[in-house]
Amino acid sequence: MIIEKTKLAFQNMFPTPESELSVSEEVTEEAEKTETDKKAKPEKTPRLDGVIECDYAVHGYHLDVQVDAEQLLVAVNVVDQEEFFIESITGVDWIKEGQIEIVYDFSRYDFDTCRVVIRTRVDRKNPVVPTITGIYAGANWHERETHDFFGIKFDGHPHLIPLLLPEDADFHPLLKDFKA
Amino acid sequence: MSSPIQLQPDETFVLNVGPQHPATHGVLRVKMEMHGEYIVNSETVIGYIHRMHEKMGENKTYPQFLMNLSRMDYLGALGYSHGHVLVVEKASGIEVPKRAEYIRAIMVELNRISSHLFWFGAFVMDLGGFSPLMYALQDREHILDMLEAVTGSRLTYCYFRFGGLYNDIDDDFIDAARRFIPRMRKSLIKYEKLVTGNIIFRKRLEGNAFLSKETCRKYGASSAVARGSGINFDVRKNEPYSVYPEFDFDVPVYHECDSLARYMVRMDEIEQSLRIIEQGLDKLPDGPIMPAKKPKLIKPPAGDYYQAVETARGSFGVRLVSDGTKTPYRLKLRSPTFSNMHLFDETCRGMMIMDALAFMGSLDLVIPEIDR
Repeated sequence: MIIEKTKLAFQNMFPTPESELSVSEEVTEEAEKTETDKKAKPEKTPRLDGVIECDYAVHGYHLDVQVDAEQLLVAVNVVDQEEFFIESITGVDWIKEGQIEIVYDFSRYDFDTCRVVIRTRVDRKNPVVPTITGIYAGANWHERETHDFFGIKFDGHPHLIPLLLPEDADFHPLLKDFKA
Repeated sequence: MSSPIQLQPDETFVLNVGPQHPATHGVLRVKMEMHGEYIVNSETVIGYIHRMHEKMGENKTYPQFLMNLSRMDYLGALGYSHGHVLVVEKASGIEVPKRAEYIRAIMVELNRISSHLFWFGAFVMDLGGFSPLMYALQDREHILDMLEAVTGSRLTYCYFRFGGLYNDIDDDFIDAARRFIPRMRKSLIKYEKLVTGNIIFRKRLEGNAFLSKETCRKYGASSAVARGSGINFDVRKNEPYSVYPEFDFDVPVYHECDSLARYMVRMDEIEQSLRIIEQGLDKLPDGPIMPAKKPKLIKPPAGDYYQAVETARGSFGVRLVSDGTKTPYRLKLRSPTFSNMHLFDETCRGMMIMDALAFMGSLDLVIPEIDR
């Protein structure tokens, strides 16, 4: 099964004590998530880096990986090795926490379905992540689009100019404090 | 008197295709560096009809956003609406009656046929044959009439609701759909004789624009672009949703990796969609089209949700990040043509310009859908 295989590959990325910890934790967290408990109190403690197996029927993906910006390329290499294709890249502006989350979606051309979400959080004031265009050439436009909408700098991107917005655009419309 | 113009042997020039160009099917611009008739390098410029649907998604409540989805891809709009309603239903736990799901599938497949028909006509027109477009539009007209009678619009449908449908289908629709199936099958034979078997057409497309599996994977291509390169990937089969597991249909896959393979996949898909419609009409259950109990205000619990569907143009995904309020916190629309178009720049290098335009036609582009 590709899900277990990929999960194992991801767990190797994180130091052993932490990964065991996050595995045992994720079960309770998962149970919490499915119940309505989560509605009452939104997650207050920031999530630790690690891999979580999600309920596909509820969320629509199998593995949810949170990594550091430094570890991003390692994580993307893992999915590349398992022959995933890139679905999309996007951002979410968590203004209250002062962070921007960058979300990478991957899936497979296979009947052994596995959808992987890789997410990384960066400081809202200085959002920089490494580019993954070296691994997935198709990330080029997705990263330019995310740069347009959120102002995230993709370090090492070959051609980071506005894609969907006008060429002289200096605003980032999907930031929560954007005023038209 | 001016001096004669002489091109140096290694001289290149920049050719600007678009933003308005008949072969680009919308406002798309491609900057091409040419060496004679050969493309050395190309850069696609998109964003001319960007409308920021994703920001509108954050400002509008869930039901208010329903109509935006059909403004993205004006040829196969229902598939996009399907993805959106499915993700919101999944997030808020709304049960959809069986009859509604069946009607949705029938409608989406009809829309897929109409989209493929328009693509077929426009694609052959790109290659220089005008009359197939007229035949294709004639068939498409029957579908649009059928859909208009039920949904109220011909292109920009707002037919699906969270939990069901806006309007039930009646006997007139079922009769019209049943009459349409043999008609379309007859037309497919006509197209086969008129276009597919045409020697000029085949010579033009065979071996045109080789797309490897690896390129498809690196760019995230889907739909006929991937299936023409030997990738057996159709979200309806790979990640079954709605009532698609209950239908018996095949996914056409061709291994030639050229433009003709992409053409053949789409033409075969019309037949498969007809099969789904036929089975849908046979199995159509009775019952309500809206659930008995449905929350008055749609407020999905906090969390993030993803749903992919197979539209006429490929794998369309909606990522919904909810914070538990009545508007989405973030709504990402993953459009399939965005990824399919992206691989154009890399693939067209070294091709002659008319071959590149044929390749562009085989990608089935709808620009508002790329730009969103």
